[in-house]
Amino acid sequence: MPWRLLRFGLSRSHPEPRMFSAPTDLKPAYDVVIIGAGGHGLAAAYYLAREHGITNVAVLEKGYIGGGNTGRNTTIIRSNYLTPEGVKFYDASVKLWQDLSEDFDLNLFYSTRGHFTLAHTDSAVRTMRWRAEVNKHYGVDSELVGPDFIKRACPSIDITCNGHAPILGALYHAPGAIARHDAVAWGYGRGACQRGVEIHQQTAVTGIEVKGGKVVGVQTSRGHIATNKVLCAVAGSTPRLTDMVGIRTPIYIHPLQAMVSEPMKPWLDHIFVSGSLHIYISQSARGELVMGASLDPYEVHSTRSTLDFTEGLSAHMLDMFPFLSHVKVNRQWAGMADMTPDFAPVMGKTPVEGFYLDSGWGTWGFKATPVCGKTMAWTVAKDQPHELITGFSLERFRNYSLTGEKGAASVGH
Amino acid sequence: MKLMPCPVNGSRPVSEFVYWGELRPAPDAASCSDAQWADHVFNRNGAPGVKREWWCHTPSNTWFIAERDTEKDRVLRTWLPGGAE
Repeated sequence: MPWRLLRFGLSRSHPEPRMFSAPTDLKPAYDVVIIGAGGHGLAAAYYLAREHGITNVAVLEKGYIGGGNTGRNTTIIRSNYLTPEGVKFYDASVKLWQDLSEDFDLNLFYSTRGHFTLAHTDSAVRTMRWRAEVNKHYGVDSELVGPDFIKRACPSIDITCNGHAPILGALYHAPGAIARHDAVAWGYGRGACQRGVEIHQQTAVTGIEVKGGKVVGVQTSRGHIATNKVLCAVAGSTPRLTDMVGIRTPIYIHPLQAMVSEPMKPWLDHIFVSGSLHIYISQSARGELVMGASLDPYEVHSTRSTLDFTEGLSAHMLDMFPFLSHVKVNRQWAGMADMTPDFAPVMGKTPVEGFYLDSGWGTWGFKATPVCGKTMAWTVAKDQPHELITGFSLERFRNYSLTGEKGAASVGH
Repeated sequence: MKLMPCPVNGSRPVSEFVYWGELRPAPDAASCSDAQWADHVFNRNGAPGVKREWWCHTPSNTWFIAERDTEKDRVLRTWLPGGAE
């Protein structure tokens, strides 16, 4: 358990802990500049400082810490992917997650729930069986289960989905978990700050200087910085930054929307995902149902949300859980998802020396936060790709060697 | 509900339409290099801006081109391919 909480509880004065150091002016030069103070960027800063001793690092953030997709996802953590590259990578992430609260001395409300990916068709059952076997081969706890198992785990589910789409089985992934997403960014940010990393919020990058194919500096809304290494971890803003250095990528941006219900007594222990109904749902520690659906059907570069989405998602949710018909929706929002053609990320080195990408995280980035930080820190420190991310290089789109991960996407996009 | 001006059917709910990506001229498959072809197949202009895109009104199977601001999600104008812009 986080000892800081216990000390805080027993203290007489209840001192207000400061999460991050007070803002300062930008220094003229840094060893590494990380663009984006979300989970991924801050995790990279944390591991750069902790494991590689590189602390002369600035994390630049246009908005505020964790205000992008880190604070907009539906907090699901799992490793039941389809490709060997994906399974190994996400499994390393899940293992890091399990110790993270202790590591940070901060409660992440990491809660192992068990994750069902429902299959409503024979072909979906076949994909689940395939995923289960790949998972087992790499030591990940996954199995194909039948409708009886699902009904026992969650008695409130309508196993026929109102007759539209009877559930034939599911891929059950016992380590599937949820965590409090803001705290992940805060934990990494605080840990990085304590080790000397500077976090600069309200600091937009307006240009990246490249000379002779190498990064030499970054222009920001608060002045110029000289640096030879830039890590770009900006999710939905990735194309804007790759345009600054003249790199072409396959990344395209569609909004992904989500919503939460009013809080309820705990009734949903597990996480449920249905690709056919395009929904996923879990119940947070606050009792709210956290619900998501598929991507918006066309490119938009803003975080607007729509009524169409709420209506469509609610209709499908009622097929699965009819008793929710009287429950109100409290909030809805959107994030900009940086999608790739093969549903795998784009990580590592780029044709511009000193410009590193941690991108293409589309709708699957939150769960990978710890392992992305760890492998990107390694990649930046050693200037060569970490062995876990070689399958995710930008080069794969030149060599036609894609990492087909679409079959493991949570919902059919 | 968001409306899309179809050049044939007038304003219709956007849910009746399918987005088919940015209008992009293809390189000549017979003469271009593998790298040029890979660039055409995979790479996209993912940055925000006013873009020309393929859309289809599915009930009438009308394919047309829309000029749209992808940051504000505002359709500026639409026309039939080969027709007057």
